Amino acid sequence: MTSTKAPSGEVVLEAVGLTKHFPVRRRLRQILRKEHDAVHAVDDVHLTLRRGRVVALVGESGSGKSTVARLLAQLYPRTGGDIRLHGASTRVKGGRPFREYAARVQMIFQDPFASLNPVHTIRYHLTRALKIHGNAGSTADELEAALHDLLTRVSLTPPERYLDKFPHELSGGQRQRVAIARALGARPEALLADEPVSMLDVSIRLGVLNLLRDLKERLNLAILYITHDIASARYFADETLVMYAGRMVEGGDSETVTQAPAHPYTRLLIDSAPDPDRLTGDAGALEEDRGNGEPPSLIKPPSGCRFHPRCPAAMPRCSTDRPVPLEIGDAPGHWAACWLYDKAEAA
Amino acid sequence: MSEPVLEIRNLDVDYGLGDRAVHAVRDVSLTLHRGEVLGLAGESGSGKSTLAYGLTRLLPPPGVITGGQVIYHPEKDSPYDVLALSDRKLREFRWAETAIVFQGAMNSLNPVHKISTQLTDVLRAHDPAMSEHSRNARAREMLKLVGISPDRMDAYPHQLSGGMRQRVMIGMALILQPQVVIMDEPTTALDVVMQRQILGQLIELRERLGFSVIFITHDLSLLVEFSNRIAIMYGGRIVEEAPASTIYRNALHPYSEGLLGSFPALRGPKRELAGIPGSPPDLAGMPSGCSFHPRCPKAFDPCPTTVPVLGPPADANAAGRTVACWLHPALENR
Repeated sequence: MTSTKAPSGEVVLEAVGLTKHFPVRRRLRQILRKEHDAVHAVDDVHLTLRRGRVVALVGESGSGKSTVARLLAQLYPRTGGDIRLHGASTRVKGGRPFREYAARVQMIFQDPFASLNPVHTIRYHLTRALKIHGNAGSTADELEAALHDLLTRVSLTPPERYLDKFPHELSGGQRQRVAIARALGARPEALLADEPVSMLDVSIRLGVLNLLRDLKERLNLAILYITHDIASARYFADETLVMYAGRMVEGGDSETVTQAPAHPYTRLLIDSAPDPDRLTGDAGALEEDRGNGEPPSLIKPPSGCRFHPRCPAAMPRCSTDRPVPLEIGDAPGHWAACWLYDKAEAA
Repeated sequence: MSEPVLEIRNLDVDYGLGDRAVHAVRDVSLTLHRGEVLGLAGESGSGKSTLAYGLTRLLPPPGVITGGQVIYHPEKDSPYDVLALSDRKLREFRWAETAIVFQGAMNSLNPVHKISTQLTDVLRAHDPAMSEHSRNARAREMLKLVGISPDRMDAYPHQLSGGMRQRVMIGMALILQPQVVIMDEPTTALDVVMQRQILGQLIELRERLGFSVIFITHDLSLLVEFSNRIAIMYGGRIVEEAPASTIYRNALHPYSEGLLGSFPALRGPKRELAGIPGSPPDLAGMPSGCSFHPRCPKAFDPCPTTVPVLGPPADANAAGRTVACWLHPALENR
């Protein structure tokens, strides 16, 4: 594989000011007034995927994290911003350019029960991925060797035992491994994993995460790990980005973001995570949240900072000015989009 | 420890009949005490939901209860066996004595009826003499109790968010003031912030109203925080039962240990975690002996052949705990 020779840390995929608005069906009055409502699913997202690094994107349901993955996989056309593959702006719609793009950027979906076709064997799924991306070799023997190689990579051994099985004969963890093997069949440089373990049984989640980490190291992959579980982001990712209501609110080294969260939303998220060391039934997070625990409507998102209606530390400025990413200063690269950290204000 | 309110004795539940029956719950004995939150943890297919449906006699066919008793202790009357109740008595028992909040409760509300209709329906069925006015008043009171403004009475389920629908379901379960509330994965579909709010509120309500809770989930770290005692199920059997803090600090069964080691910690030192190798067993082809032995890192001679008995371990501090593992044989096994 040639791609493994690339130096670790090389930028593979970049999102610059990525924006996606989904149009909403208009009522007659809105058509007459020429109003265009839209769901502001993703607004101005910046992220960088590097070889051999895992970036976690953490957020609640509806925060736009899956939309970011789909935009990066070019499954949705974007409304604004740019996606750069090795520095070159790319916009593909389908056909050959899409295949070329997909050979370099692959996606793993949340539900391995839905992402594998129940009427086809594992052999069919993997052969298709290999053939489409031209990695099947020229003879039957080479194809067979490639199939065995793929299954061995995802620790489904011996491969003969799994090749001719149907998805329903496998457990959830094994299916997700097949889905990962299929993504690897394209020999990608970047993997976009959209909640790859949330549908799996708890006891096998770590097995799949450890496998992904192992693959990252051996194949020098760039991985985007999308999750709602901030504890697993700390475990698995090098860098963590937190999203709220379509915007990035905080980012930095995973350890710093989880141990010294700066943005009030990240703090709320971490305080709400189950913690066995806490006393029974302590409802401490309630004091941190002024709202009813729900994210705002994205059709008419709150002005200024989108978290301000729920924020315990909200200032008058938060409801009018949109916060810009500000350096926290406790660790290199740790930033939060929150006016609390505006040095000019404090001075 | 306070008196028991629900005692499950040697309950067996099968799916299907005859030779091809699948044993989903095998020989489960469990006691729920008054005012307690009992956590029931296990992976999918471990039989935890089947157990909950079995003890409320809500099992859909082909589920059959093949043995055991479920003894309910009412507040004043003498105890009786729920499994032996006549249909009429069972109708009175359900909801008034034990209520259940289902998995995916957000979808259990009828989308074509207002929530007020759905809330008062329960009251109408159980207390036909109650006037409409007082029914509505009771429903309003219930909504207020679970933190929803009573003016949402006339809303349809789709007008409420997921968290609010879940609150309505909890309010609905509590409306007849049952002694026992069974919650089957009540918050799995919700975000962590909402999950904490709802569970915190539930604990508060329990303190005020004094009901007992059986809390079923696969999220052990959540149970450790919110329940008093935890029972861990694997392959249809209970493998360990102990107070929550004891399980957390000193789990005896290798499966409990494995489950606890499957959650990355948010605080403290970062550790390399492994989860549990292999995958959960298929109920149709359960391994012989201890059903966990093919995945167990500590399996030894007796494990593949003989089923360990659940009992207080002889070697550890056995106060209020039981375990089914040959590493910690029960007292009477010796």
